[in-house]
Amino acid sequence: MSAFVNQLPIGLSIGAVLLLIALGLTFTFGQMGVINMAHGEFIMAGAYTAFLIGDLLLALPVAFLVAGVMGLILERAAIRHFYGRPLDTLLLTWGVSLVLQQLARDLFGAPNVQVPAPSWLSGGVGILPYNRLFIMALAVAGVVAVWVYLTRTGLGRRTQAVVQNRQLAATSGIDTGRVDMLTFFIGSGLAGIAGVALTLIGPVGPALGTYYIVDAFLVVVAGGLGQLRGAVLAAAGLGLLNSYAEFWSDASLAKVIVFAVVIAFLQIRPQGLFVLRSRVLT
Amino acid sequence: MRIPRPIARLLVSALLVLPIAACGSDSEPAASSDEIRVGILHSLSGTMAISEVTVRDAELLAIEEINKAGGVLGKKLVPIVEDGASDWPTFAEKATKLIRQDKVATVFGGWTSASRKAMLPVFERYKALLWYPVQYEGLESSPYIFYTGATTNQQIIPGLDYLKEQGKKKLFLVGSDYVFPRTANKIIKAYAAANGMEILGEEYTPLGHTEYSTLVNKVVQAEPDAVFNTLNGDSNVAFFKQLKSAGVTADTMPVLSVSVAEEEVTGIGVDNIAGHPVAWNYYQTTDTPENEAFVKAYKAKYGQNKVTSDPMEAGYNAVYLWAEAVKKAGTTEVEAVRKAAPGISLDRPEGKVTIDGENQHMYKTARIGIIQPDGLIKQVWDSGEPIKPDPYLKGYPWAGGLSAGQ
Amino acid sequence: MIKRNLPFAAIAVIALVAAPLLLEPFRLGLLAKYLCYAIVALGIGLAWGQGGMLTLGQGVFFGLGGYSMAMYLKLTEAGPGGLPDFMVWSGVEELPALWAPFADPVFALSMAILAPVALAVLLGTLVFRQRVRGAYFAILTQALAAAMVILLVGQQGLTGGTNGMTNFFELFGQDLADDSTQRGLYLVVAGVLGVLYLATRQLVNSRYGRLLVAVRDGEDRVRFLGYDPALVKTVTFAISAGMAGLAGALFVPVVGIISPALLGVVPSLELVVAVAVGGRHALAGAVLGAVVMGYAKTAFSEQFADGWLYLQGALFILVMTLAPRGIVGLAGRLRRARTT
Repeated sequence: MSAFVNQLPIGLSIGAVLLLIALGLTFTFGQMGVINMAHGEFIMAGAYTAFLIGDLLLALPVAFLVAGVMGLILERAAIRHFYGRPLDTLLLTWGVSLVLQQLARDLFGAPNVQVPAPSWLSGGVGILPYNRLFIMALAVAGVVAVWVYLTRTGLGRRTQAVVQNRQLAATSGIDTGRVDMLTFFIGSGLAGIAGVALTLIGPVGPALGTYYIVDAFLVVVAGGLGQLRGAVLAAAGLGLLNSYAEFWSDASLAKVIVFAVVIAFLQIRPQGLFVLRSRVLT
Repeated sequence: MRIPRPIARLLVSALLVLPIAACGSDSEPAASSDEIRVGILHSLSGTMAISEVTVRDAELLAIEEINKAGGVLGKKLVPIVEDGASDWPTFAEKATKLIRQDKVATVFGGWTSASRKAMLPVFERYKALLWYPVQYEGLESSPYIFYTGATTNQQIIPGLDYLKEQGKKKLFLVGSDYVFPRTANKIIKAYAAANGMEILGEEYTPLGHTEYSTLVNKVVQAEPDAVFNTLNGDSNVAFFKQLKSAGVTADTMPVLSVSVAEEEVTGIGVDNIAGHPVAWNYYQTTDTPENEAFVKAYKAKYGQNKVTSDPMEAGYNAVYLWAEAVKKAGTTEVEAVRKAAPGISLDRPEGKVTIDGENQHMYKTARIGIIQPDGLIKQVWDSGEPIKPDPYLKGYPWAGGLSAGQ
Repeated sequence: MIKRNLPFAAIAVIALVAAPLLLEPFRLGLLAKYLCYAIVALGIGLAWGQGGMLTLGQGVFFGLGGYSMAMYLKLTEAGPGGLPDFMVWSGVEELPALWAPFADPVFALSMAILAPVALAVLLGTLVFRQRVRGAYFAILTQALAAAMVILLVGQQGLTGGTNGMTNFFELFGQDLADDSTQRGLYLVVAGVLGVLYLATRQLVNSRYGRLLVAVRDGEDRVRFLGYDPALVKTVTFAISAGMAGLAGALFVPVVGIISPALLGVVPSLELVVAVAVGGRHALAGAVLGAVVMGYAKTAFSEQFADGWLYLQGALFILVMTLAPRGIVGLAGRLRRARTT
């Protein structure tokens, strides 16, 4: 019985990981319609930043900057030529992700590297170790920060305006190019933060991004495009589902069940949990 | 000038077909008389590159050393390196290329069982030689493959003997979802049944899985004496990190791993795995003069911070064993080499290694080691003498049902 | 009409006569492999290029075809009452019921096409009815590929697990190791590709093809005109799935292996990229792209075993940014530049 109860916090902590890796995507995919397959590699960049710096807390802001700048470069150099063609950006960024993986392999070597966990994170409360709690706290902080940014700052409100109606926003005098740049910077930076957090629980190597990218997209799709609350609920839901499905069956089947549930769910709500209301047709 | 559309289309297509045709006709010139080509086929990209690149390096080192000492039959060895790209069909394709186009004398390569299974028909079809350097699940003995890593009775069973000696009666089995862990666990269950041990659980996770909190919860709740771990690659990192943070230590619940070597320890983080036992045939600390030379040469060539591990040593050995067989046969011709190989015995870094004539596996000494805080592995138990390879476990009465079909 | 078919005829002659004469058996085998991929690419060209459905799960259909064929080959090899090799070492003692009918080549070959078609119809009906499209559809199909791989890997006794199935000896009594069998197989693959290309071109030029393009460019308008876009899309998706299945069935005897690695997210994406590189708007572009990318992958990886991923990545980043309409589009642009 206690094992069963334990799965509840475990599920939530899995959800926190999902949320953290998907948070950046709600920006780039959700707000801008860009399917960034290199998002996983930005996570990887964050993890390697933690490796280089060696201090977890210091690594968080630095990783945000590193991954953010990488995203900025990608946006300026390539993606901005592709707006309105989301499917093409998918392929383009996938090519970028391959190159970044190989680059990591050449820079840091093929084997995983070690990022020592800080001593203040050893130990835990009940079933949840401190490092899981730290990730949950980080996810919550990330969501709050994003929410504040979007609703309480001028830049954030301009971002939302561009999302809801790009042309109208442009005619109202918003520099949409600048908003795009900023959005991409923040979205990618959040991936960097996720990367730092993941060093606590997973491997740090060139393939890191590939382990998380599909899950991250599933969260965004299930939550609804560009919907912060959708992403939060979807991440928690999928985390719990995964935790209990794996508890009753095994890890392989749990993954299949999660995929099946998302596909089935989209039959009921094809636009995800929450939909941006719009009267625009194709 | 206007080029009519169909002709333009034709031109483009012709341009594209030509290089393919050209590529086909410019097959490499036959090996000149003073060199012997050998193929090296490991994953240099993709998920398996993490492990296989180091084996390639060890094999290249062996080739370099042999060349320095005058080569084989007075000829220099020329390695032709191909990338298996962590993709099994690519292994088959590149093996075909090495055999048919480069006409190599032998190939050293592979890591995963899947890559070996994919290459096996190629080597059997063209009657070419493959030297496979990694411990594996047994139940195979191809006439065209030499297995220089351990088979199950040289690694899994000694590992179980060790746990039994330590009084561990209740085991939990954790593995990646592929053929090696599944076969290993079948053997473990049969062994447990015959030796009064109890299996509390058996769990598999997909390759590359990184979320282990549920599994750790299951393990902790089951309260086993020890965990037998056949996870592969990156999953080990996630598993050990999450096990450690759940408060499991090597004292209360040792995790015996068979796919974690010196190479992987750094990535997992020494803190997370120190104190846990592993089962192999070789450690960097193995005390032989040959090993001292090997470690020194490897570090000199690839960097002082590099470590050596069991599969690397097995790959390194493979080159020497093949060279020895060629010397004995007086030719690189495959059938002659196969005939010459049985009984060849060399002092290698792991001690004496002898090629078994019956199944082309090696006699190897089994060793259990404990991971030290410095990342190296200290031997705590060995089998005393090289164990005769028994890939079908014919010599173990309790394993009767396992090798059905052979 | 004759003039129109001239380039096709010329390429057919090169492919069917010149290639088998000029190429070494090993290279011919590789070309046969690229042509198998070209068949899948043709389907992607139809579904994506013409229909606007970016399917990232085409590997699933390819795999269903491949596994059907592999099951038949394994069963003929095991003989009546025998068990395929991987079942023996996976500890399966009795032939699973699912396997039994695949001993019949007609059944196996029909399943190679029908199973993917059925899955595509099911998925298409569910998804397109709900007007899931664009990026959502792409990610869904990608998730399907990921789930399929996990499912196949997890059922080792039934599917061979990660290893998949390999070690095939004969097809319809012909020794697969024999070079002449391989040449024959090449001709079959090239022939099938040619026929499918012509048929698809016919389809695209028909009324249905124009409807498909209309759905791509303005799904709601088509709906307002009284057509059912979901039906049009489902049919197209099913055709492309059937092609991928057939390609998979041909791939297995040519390459000699089928494994989950061949139908996951990455190979599925690689094929879509190939279509983009060749030029998605023309069927010929899709075929061309598959052959070019297959060739580039082989050539790069042979020449630069260490860093070929850079080259592969760079190649299609370049094509995507500089020539969004692919090689065929580029060729068209050059021609227009000359004309004016």
